[in-house]
Amino acid sequence: MERTFKIAGNIALTLALAAAGMGAAQASEKVKVGLMLPYTGTYAALGNAITNGFKQYVAENGGKLGGREVEYAVVDDESNPAKATENAKKLVSRDKVDVLVGTVHSGVALAMAKVARDTKTLMIVPNAGANDLTGPLCSPYVFRSSFSAWQPSYAMGEALAKKGVKNIATVTWKYSFGEESVAGFKEAFEKGGGKVVKEMTLPFPNVEFQPFLTEIASAKPDAVFVFFAGAGAAKFVSDYAAAGLKNSIPLYGPGFLTDGNLDAMGGAGEGLMTTLHYADGLNNGKDTAFRTKYATTYKMQPDVYAVQGYDAAQMFEAGLKAAGGDPSKKEEVIKGMASAKIDSPRGTFTLSPAHNPVQDIYMRTVKGSENVVTEVVSKGLEDPARGCKM
Amino acid sequence: MDFASFLIQMLNSLQYGLLLFLVASGLTLVFGIMGIINLAHGSFYMIGAYLAFVLTSMTGSLVMAIVLGIPLALVFGAFLEWALFSHLYKRDHLEQVLLTYGLILIFEQLRSLLVGDDVHGVAIPAFLDASIQLTEVMSYPVYRLAISAVCVVLAVALYFVIQRTRLGMMIRAGNDDRTMVESLGININMIYRIVFALGVALAALAGMLASPISSVFPNMGSHVLIISFVIVVIGGIGSVWGALVAALIVGFADTFGKVLVPELSGIVVYVVMAVVLLWRPEGILKKG
Repeated sequence: MERTFKIAGNIALTLALAAAGMGAAQASEKVKVGLMLPYTGTYAALGNAITNGFKQYVAENGGKLGGREVEYAVVDDESNPAKATENAKKLVSRDKVDVLVGTVHSGVALAMAKVARDTKTLMIVPNAGANDLTGPLCSPYVFRSSFSAWQPSYAMGEALAKKGVKNIATVTWKYSFGEESVAGFKEAFEKGGGKVVKEMTLPFPNVEFQPFLTEIASAKPDAVFVFFAGAGAAKFVSDYAAAGLKNSIPLYGPGFLTDGNLDAMGGAGEGLMTTLHYADGLNNGKDTAFRTKYATTYKMQPDVYAVQGYDAAQMFEAGLKAAGGDPSKKEEVIKGMASAKIDSPRGTFTLSPAHNPVQDIYMRTVKGSENVVTEVVSKGLEDPARGCKM
Repeated sequence: MDFASFLIQMLNSLQYGLLLFLVASGLTLVFGIMGIINLAHGSFYMIGAYLAFVLTSMTGSLVMAIVLGIPLALVFGAFLEWALFSHLYKRDHLEQVLLTYGLILIFEQLRSLLVGDDVHGVAIPAFLDASIQLTEVMSYPVYRLAISAVCVVLAVALYFVIQRTRLGMMIRAGNDDRTMVESLGININMIYRIVFALGVALAALAGMLASPISSVFPNMGSHVLIISFVIVVIGGIGSVWGALVAALIVGFADTFGKVLVPELSGIVVYVVMAVVLLWRPEGILKKG
């Protein structure tokens, strides 16, 4: 009798463990997203906005991507290119993520992309605009949900040339993004008959602009095109207005000049015109719904970075759907993402063969604390992906 | 460059140099007189800027914010000295570096938790919010000129306190021979506490004054930290006059470097520092 109980007990225990084991195995069919973004330092606000946007899409999708629960592995890249490779490798080898999402700083993103290419890991760039990422360093595994440095600046060059502006001075930081922005602008502007008469640069992230304002005042161009972002941009626009140049020599730039900075400028940016793939007042259903949800969830207004994070999640979902929810079927996921039509708050966009968004670029004017869209300056602008062999 | 531009660039250099002096003065005081390598100097600058932002939002006036902020910074500095730095005088420079580096990280995180990561602006006080027309297209903000004036006043005041008052004498004596000063019955601990608090307050004041023109943003301290050390090294550790001269040199080098040799403007300042180190390693004006 006792022996029967013992055997029955053992069988019951074994069955229970097996059931638990099976249950655990099924529950562990999750998709792992590796977020490598700046959560400290100058770009912390952008890292948070991208994360919020990404998570909002997942929440709207029932907390799942490709029908699977989402698990996050998060690394703060501190916008430090020196640590980028190590950080990316941590996510790929130690955490074994299915997709690498990041980052803001182009230097870090370039290192991440190399790791992604070498380990054949899927990567979605939710901001970093370095042309090279979908140019000479393009890869089937690397996608971008944001823009290339060339895009918004090229659109501005076209618009200003069409406006009849004849000569322009440029100022930017001497690093890849600044140089690529000015190059994109110059290409379109000079093609349209204009001339860039003075190109000025200062080391990143130096923000002592007075010498350049004096130079601009003495050169007296028709207008000035600059690229700056974050606090530096707020300072430049404030300094430009304080030096009395705002009224005599119009200032232009890509949207990064004013996005997220308007409060810090204290009105100095009023009336400033910029180009970007997103704006306030777009008035399409998707954007209104996105903004309302974001504001209720996070108690603040979304910005272009939040949209890019949101769209990164959309892109990954499109890929997973094409692969039946299985992130290990990389070929299918890539095909699904590359052919996706993304219903973004910015408007719908598709991806170029180099995996960069082909999107409309808007002209915006600063009105109060908003960058209000005034027109579409460039419809379906595709980055030429020079040097990409894919 | 035409003559008018040259003059304006000279003005730019002077104004930038004076602002740098304001930022670096706290560091040279603490480094020179107390021998402490304070890497958290940039953080105190940042704390000043964020204080200005928070207090201006609350009171509606930057002037009020500064009036409230300076005593707060002094008390904070005195507290830090009592709690942490007083234990470090006899210790290795490396340990000071480690402690102050840790403070940088702590302050950055606290800032992120308490105020967030966004970029903020501070309004220029209305009575200073004007511009003086210099050329037909360019004007100069009065606020920048006002800051330059404050820096000059501060330089003179600091010189006066250190060279011409009893307190200053005790500070200088304590720097030369701490044991002797103690055996003369002077409370050297209190002296050091005052100096440190003063150093922190100067850094914070610099942050507060500069906040309308530099914005308030994460990591803003790291930019000023390096340039502050460069100025202290060029000027001579512990010399307030030296810091002033060095700051003006850096201001000119940076401004004209950007205009004349933009490709190299990033390293011009460090080249100057290297030259000074080779020619006079103790700095331009040691101890003054």
